[in-house]
Amino acid sequence: MISKRIIPCLDVKDGRVVKGVNFQNLQDVTSPVLLAERYSESGADELVFYDITASAEDRSLFTDILRQVAERVFIPLTVGGGINSLDDFDRVLKCGADKVSVNSGAIRNPDLISDAAARYGSQCVVISADVRRVNGGMRVFSKGGRVDTGLDAIEWIKRCVDNGAGEVVLNSMDTDGVKGGFDLEMLKLVTDAVDVPVIASGGAGCIKDFVSLFQTLPKVDAGLAASIFHFGQVSIKELKTALKERDINVRL
Amino acid sequence: MIAIVDYGVGNLFSLKQSLTAIGAEAVVTNQPETVLSADRVILPGVGAFADAAKKLSATGLSEVVRSVVDSGKPLLGICLGMQLLFETSYEFGEHKGLGLIPGRVVALKERISPELKIPHIGWNQLSLIEKSGKVHPIFNRIKNGDYVYFVHSYYATSCDQYVIANTDYSIPVTAAVARGCICGCQFHPEKSGDVGLRILKSFCEWSGEEL
Repeated sequence: MISKRIIPCLDVKDGRVVKGVNFQNLQDVTSPVLLAERYSESGADELVFYDITASAEDRSLFTDILRQVAERVFIPLTVGGGINSLDDFDRVLKCGADKVSVNSGAIRNPDLISDAAARYGSQCVVISADVRRVNGGMRVFSKGGRVDTGLDAIEWIKRCVDNGAGEVVLNSMDTDGVKGGFDLEMLKLVTDAVDVPVIASGGAGCIKDFVSLFQTLPKVDAGLAASIFHFGQVSIKELKTALKERDINVRL
Repeated sequence: MIAIVDYGVGNLFSLKQSLTAIGAEAVVTNQPETVLSADRVILPGVGAFADAAKKLSATGLSEVVRSVVDSGKPLLGICLGMQLLFETSYEFGEHKGLGLIPGRVVALKERISPELKIPHIGWNQLSLIEKSGKVHPIFNRIKNGDYVYFVHSYYATSCDQYVIANTDYSIPVTAAVARGCICGCQFHPEKSGDVGLRILKSFCEWSGEEL
């Protein structure tokens, strides 16, 4: 049967991998190409690259890095950050991305998801939602978590899937960077609402967090994390071995 | 030299890079002469069947692929490129494929358990089917149960005698097929890590002869 995926996420800024706590205090980590190779060798099922820069110069640096990764790493690559148009899809797909994740771009232009799904297929279009609790509701935030869009998260995600998004990355801003475990409550609302694969993001601090993610919510397809892998707190091999011992199906 | 047939669907960067990584010389081409002069040919593809079949025939490359097969050179179809090898697809209507392998391409939906998701996306295990006690030559560097990466909503059926590997998605799903010098993978070897590279390596060494 299909296995649960473990996905390291690489936030790339100025050609380096960085990871912040609650989206702030970015710390320099290392070269994205080396890190990607290391993850692929240690059993990562997929890699996500977020381009967290803004200027056009940095953007071409980012696509250069993506191309270098795609020359060496032969597992699925998802790219997000700064995806606002079909031209942006084209730009990263040509450099070796397999899937493209949209966030603020889809909020600004609601047709982006349907247009991209029509051109590249739903399997290529990932909706990435940064969600935080506000006044008892779940709200979608844009611009890297800086702006409250006022949109209800579940309604927004459902609409994106209806428009053709083939996968959902749910990043809980309430648990992101805190390392206290995934946001199981928020994830359950999403897996109950949509039929496409759901990737849990935000909050992984140790192996136990992945175990409880997949045991509590069997409909979650993948777990994504950054800093615990980057800083070597958890190795992907160890994590997958531990999951397998608990009868959670992973590729080893 | 390996020709990767470029008929205007999908992203061929990774496929070319994966062949380079195993030391094979590969070109991405839409030129009939280049395809015909290659030692072996890969037919890739992602997206919708009807659109891909139309493009393949409009570019004249469907006839080129047939000539490759007539000459006995090894041909590998990947994902939609594998589905195009069959006679008919029922993806949004009824569409003719190349008809190089008898069989039909049908929706996974309604055949698999209702709680499973469509597309079938992610890493799943190959169960290799032996013919006369041997696995197909493209699998001689991997083992039964190895994981490969799938992304698809349709699959090939009514082709039992040509199936060389299945995968389990509540039902046995055709993962790879072969007939004569033709083979095809529903999964993406170029995205299946080391196992995928080993399959490509074996394809590059395969004579195109049946078992």
